[in-house]
Amino acid sequence: MENFSVFDIIGPRMTGPSSSHTAGAARLGYIARRIIGDEIERVHFTLYGSFAETGRGHGTDKALIGGVLGFSPDDQRIRSAYKLARDEGVSIEFTYSDEHADHPNTVKIEAVDVNGRETEVVGRSIGGGNILITQINGLDVEVTGEYPTIIIRHQDQPGVISDVARVLSQLGINIANMKVFRRSRGDRNAFMCIESDEPMTPDMKDILMRLCPAIQELMIV
Amino acid sequence: MNYDFSSGIELIKLCDEAGIKISEAMIRREEQISESTREQIIAEMQRDLRVMRESVKKGLTEKFQSVSRLSGGEAMTLYRYADFGPLSGSETCHAAAAAMAVVEVNAAMGRIVAAPTAGASGILPAVLLECGHSKGWNDDKLVEGLFCAGAIGLLFAKNATISGAEGGCQAETGVASAMAAAALVELSGGEPLHCLDAAAIAIKNIEGLVCDPVAGLVECPCIKRNGMGAANAMLSADMALCGITSLIPFDEVVSSMYIVGREIRPEYRETAKGGLAATPTGKLIAAGIKRMNGRRED
Repeated sequence: MENFSVFDIIGPRMTGPSSSHTAGAARLGYIARRIIGDEIERVHFTLYGSFAETGRGHGTDKALIGGVLGFSPDDQRIRSAYKLARDEGVSIEFTYSDEHADHPNTVKIEAVDVNGRETEVVGRSIGGGNILITQINGLDVEVTGEYPTIIIRHQDQPGVISDVARVLSQLGINIANMKVFRRSRGDRNAFMCIESDEPMTPDMKDILMRLCPAIQELMIV
Repeated sequence: MNYDFSSGIELIKLCDEAGIKISEAMIRREEQISESTREQIIAEMQRDLRVMRESVKKGLTEKFQSVSRLSGGEAMTLYRYADFGPLSGSETCHAAAAAMAVVEVNAAMGRIVAAPTAGASGILPAVLLECGHSKGWNDDKLVEGLFCAGAIGLLFAKNATISGAEGGCQAETGVASAMAAAALVELSGGEPLHCLDAAAIAIKNIEGLVCDPVAGLVECPCIKRNGMGAANAMLSADMALCGITSLIPFDEVVSSMYIVGREIRPEYRETAKGGLAATPTGKLIAAGIKRMNGRRED
């Protein structure tokens, strides 16, 4: 981040006490909720490293729950997140792990939505309230949440990327960053993470899915 | 004209050529690098000022404890005591109390504005609001002060660091003091060069300060260090305003602070493994906090 805005220095407005352990945790929960997409029935958070060591003292638990409930980092409802989750019928569980993680502020979020569908999101808080989602359902990704983001699971084959790029341009969506992940050639579960300047609407999602049959799943984050 | 700048020297030249203050240069720079209008940028800073004022008020008027129950209430005690002839003068004492108030609010999961970080969020609002109160500065002036402070913070972010994990406490409460000192000088009518002198004097005072938070929490020693940071900012500003300069130029001070920061061992950079965190009492408190993990809370 070379070209800092004045509001990177003065700001963000946030619920304390820590930009990494509280504001970042709230953002991780919030992005996870958008990846999960549907109403959540139960969620299990596993905290690693410094999140596990000092999380309770930093309110990391409340911030994660608040994020999953859809609160932004400066929302004071984070303070009563346990009660609000109960009121909404979302069951919450925490594990404070001693296992090693690649990054000190790592969380695994395993959620089950009201349709019984399971989603697993792994992310880290990388400082100053910024975050990185590193895994979705076991696949390595890189999602920062700073731009409108779509995640596409697709069949790895020639032409898929250009198809998606072409349809997005026709929909008036400008691609800011794009990364493609696959395990091996022809992977049926290859992934694309696309950060764009304009957000994608559900209508646009339908059009993109129809015009690019190699897409198996599309998440708007 | 391009209003971006990468060093104190460039900033001074820019202000000189355009005949403007640091705050004005920072506003024009923001207009150029963002897609926002001047009005939107100022309105956003006014929202920050509002939250800053609320956090000071909350910490000085409401009774509460932090999540860990390690802190809360000391700011209010100092603020009241400040009216009864304190040794350091009532204004300094009020500002120190206000700075502590914000960080107590932060530790209790209240709403604050990071400036430049949550752990150093008390210093800038405290000195602007308390000095503003005695000098009669209105909100428009205080917002200008925030932009001036932002320019100083930017120079540290670009040429050094504003993260305790990277550069120790000097990068957090030190930078906050430097930002606040510069803002006070501009609001008091000082020239841009005097602002940089004040910022350099403030950071030189605590160059090398380590980040050793007990139990890894933003409470001890952070809350009291914010109080001290407010006093540091005010005295540094006074020195610059009476014409005292920094022998070592601002840009060189920034770069030395960064070099020192990188040489601080990791134990003393926010990891809670050294210094105060590693004292017998510090370790005992950390063990207690870890036990909180098992408990459910409602």
